Amino acid sequence: MRPLTEEETKTLFEKLAKYIGSNIKHLIDRPDETYCFRLHRDRVYYVSESIMRKAVSIGRDQLGSLGVCFGKMTKTGKFRLHITALDYLAQYAKHKMWVKPNGEMPFLYGNHVVKAHLGRVTEDTPEHQGVIILNMSDVPLGFGVTARSTTDSRKLQPTDIVAFHQADIGEYLREEDTLF
Amino acid sequence: MGRRAKNKQGPPAPLPGTQESKGPSRRQLSKVRKQQRLQDSKKRSQDSDDDSQPQVKKIKTQAKQNGKKQVSASKQDESWDNASLDSDDELLDGDDEFPIGSDEEIDEDEEALEEASDEDDLDNDGVFPKVENDFLGSESEVEEDEEEAGDSDEDEDAMLDSDEDDIAEFAGLDERKSRKLEERAAREAAEAEAELRDSAMQTNIGEDGREFEEDEDEDQADISQINLRIKETVNILGNFKEMRDPSKSRQDYLDRLLKDIATYYGYSDFLAEKLFNLFSPAEAIEFFEANEVPRPVTIRTNTLRTRRRDLAQALINRGVNLEPIGKWTKVGLQVFESQVPIGATPEYLAGHYMLQAASSFLPVMALAPQEHERVLDMASAPGGKTTHIAALLKNTGMVFANDFSKDRLKSLTANITRLGAKNTVVCNYDGREFPKVIGGFDRVLLDAPCSGTGVISKDPGVKVNKTEKDFIDIPHLQKQLILCAIDSVDANSKTGGYIVYSTCSVTVDENEAVVDYALRKRPNIKLVSTGIEFGREGFVSYRGKTFHPSLNLTRRYYPHMHNMDGFYVAKFKKFSNKIPKAEKNGKGAEGQEADDENSNGPTTFLEDEDQNIMQGLYIFQYGQMLHFSLVHLTNNCGDFLHSEIFFNRIHAKASKESQTQEIT
Repeated sequence: MRPLTEEETKTLFEKLAKYIGSNIKHLIDRPDETYCFRLHRDRVYYVSESIMRKAVSIGRDQLGSLGVCFGKMTKTGKFRLHITALDYLAQYAKHKMWVKPNGEMPFLYGNHVVKAHLGRVTEDTPEHQGVIILNMSDVPLGFGVTARSTTDSRKLQPTDIVAFHQADIGEYLREEDTLF
Repeated sequence: MGRRAKNKQGPPAPLPGTQESKGPSRRQLSKVRKQQRLQDSKKRSQDSDDDSQPQVKKIKTQAKQNGKKQVSASKQDESWDNASLDSDDELLDGDDEFPIGSDEEIDEDEEALEEASDEDDLDNDGVFPKVENDFLGSESEVEEDEEEAGDSDEDEDAMLDSDEDDIAEFAGLDERKSRKLEERAAREAAEAEAELRDSAMQTNIGEDGREFEEDEDEDQADISQINLRIKETVNILGNFKEMRDPSKSRQDYLDRLLKDIATYYGYSDFLAEKLFNLFSPAEAIEFFEANEVPRPVTIRTNTLRTRRRDLAQALINRGVNLEPIGKWTKVGLQVFESQVPIGATPEYLAGHYMLQAASSFLPVMALAPQEHERVLDMASAPGGKTTHIAALLKNTGMVFANDFSKDRLKSLTANITRLGAKNTVVCNYDGREFPKVIGGFDRVLLDAPCSGTGVISKDPGVKVNKTEKDFIDIPHLQKQLILCAIDSVDANSKTGGYIVYSTCSVTVDENEAVVDYALRKRPNIKLVSTGIEFGREGFVSYRGKTFHPSLNLTRRYYPHMHNMDGFYVAKFKKFSNKIPKAEKNGKGAEGQEADDENSNGPTTFLEDEDQNIMQGLYIFQYGQMLHFSLVHLTNNCGDFLHSEIFFNRIHAKASKESQTQEIT
């Protein structure tokens, strides 16, 4: 477990900014407690400082995880967001997309969101913008990237993709072996 | 009717006669049939035993009509067919060897017809749909069937014609022909006999098979009888004085009952006795019965994400039939039936609930963690209790989730993050290393690894795979773990200082004995009420072992009483971080042990001492003291007054000790 290097912090924040924009500052400056990012076995964890200090006593080999895992640093130096970061992403998301009940399961099986399943979407979402995908009762299901801007997607056919799938909560079951 | 075809049908007519003469009963013959089926051998002659010729004809027509159906059916059973095909072919070859060539008068048409009818015969057998269908419908036959299916009617006509020809021949009374016919009849009879001999030979095999089956029948009968006998014995034991057979002792009855239980419910004798001894005979039977029935599926609402009312509504909308478990929990729901897999709904994936047995709620409820506390879950996978703790903490403070198995760490982490617990640290230590790794917790939950005798309905393997050794090894590990758990707690915590020990086992070795051991080894803890209003009190004494009187504060849960897994919960309060030396020295024999223990460090374990504790140290110590004082009395009988004073002093000391133990 170690703090992120400057470069790692930059790639991480660049990635986060795609989903939560300037709300990153709310992750750093929290009114309740100081939080920090820590890297442990390629995974980036977001954790309160008090927990982090206690967890120092746990040996490197024995430490499984701490706080919330945001994602992992790939070997090529990129950062890959994991579904485990969804809670914070959903909380601070700039752009959201709601899917209808009949579109829930297809998305949870790892499919893209098609126009027919689109229930609602944040106004003025540009193309290729990171979005959080929720169901109609505001339960976050995952995140992805818009295929078209909000205005463009109005003209689409029902079977056309409006958002590309990146991660969904179905991965807790499907990817349990690789995710953690 | 074709000759060879008749040969195939040969055995039927003479069969009843030979039955009488040769002896094999009807039943045996049916066994033979079974046997033959098992061997994939030629069974068709037997199958059509009693069919007279006209019937055969009828069947043939049916067969033709059903031709296509059979084709599809036989296709399904190709694997069988391949096996049976060989024997069929052999049979056909065998038939060919008979000297049919001598029948010169038989014209070629008839020959062709015979072949056709051979195939018809093959079809014919398929008409009797057996469970092990289609021995005869081989692949090649299938093809033929397909070819013939189209012109089956023509075949049928031709056959009828040929029969008419036969009749015409008879009418002509040509001598040669009639002689030939007689010869043929004789030959047929011989063949039939041969075939019967064959079947008789197989009857021997059949007899073996029958014996075996009869054994099974006996077992079947036995099982229901055993059940009856169990009930009777329980009745007798319930009212022993009046109902007993004077020639039998209580032990005889108990032995019989134990043996029956082991047979009837499939337990090893050892485990059956161990579990039986926990209850009265009648209750034991209830317990064993309850272990055969699955417990209800229950879920726990994750209060970090949703409320029970909302969750119930969402699940009802998905076609799940559920209801609150009971008044004792505000987060539990019992699922009666569900149209969707309850472990894969969007709500489950979003972490709104956790699939968790009702009994698993109890230790966390007993632990009752308060906000901003630091809690350790020593054996946490797969995370049901850990996330419950995190939910009760409302994501404040912190939870250390430890598990020994690295493989289980994944599902543990998955569940923790899915349920949105953000204050956890997952680690992978042997629980026994714990106070050294990190200590000073406000509360510790030790849901100890156990033999699983409380969850037999979930894992019936426990019935046979637990041996006497397991009930020595597992409690030993549990004793080590519980001391580590106790040492990991900070007694000076403002809100906490509690330890909860739980197992999903019902045996005393793993529960009361372990708790009693902990009380003995750590005088700085005491048992407190678990805060759960239901459940049966823990044993204070059990089969000659006497435990600390405060063990009645622990709680036992049984499948037959509470309809949840067998479970045990004990809650300790640690009131001092030090193991005060003065207190220990004042405790006589135990003080000595405590000194030993100190010299070896806090987490060493003395085998001898364990042994003593298993045997009920309290009685032992007290008895020893009395014995000593009596010896003293006899030695100093001259000075009676003095010795009496001494005795009183000893007695006072002993009772004082037991008082101090009650206080602790």
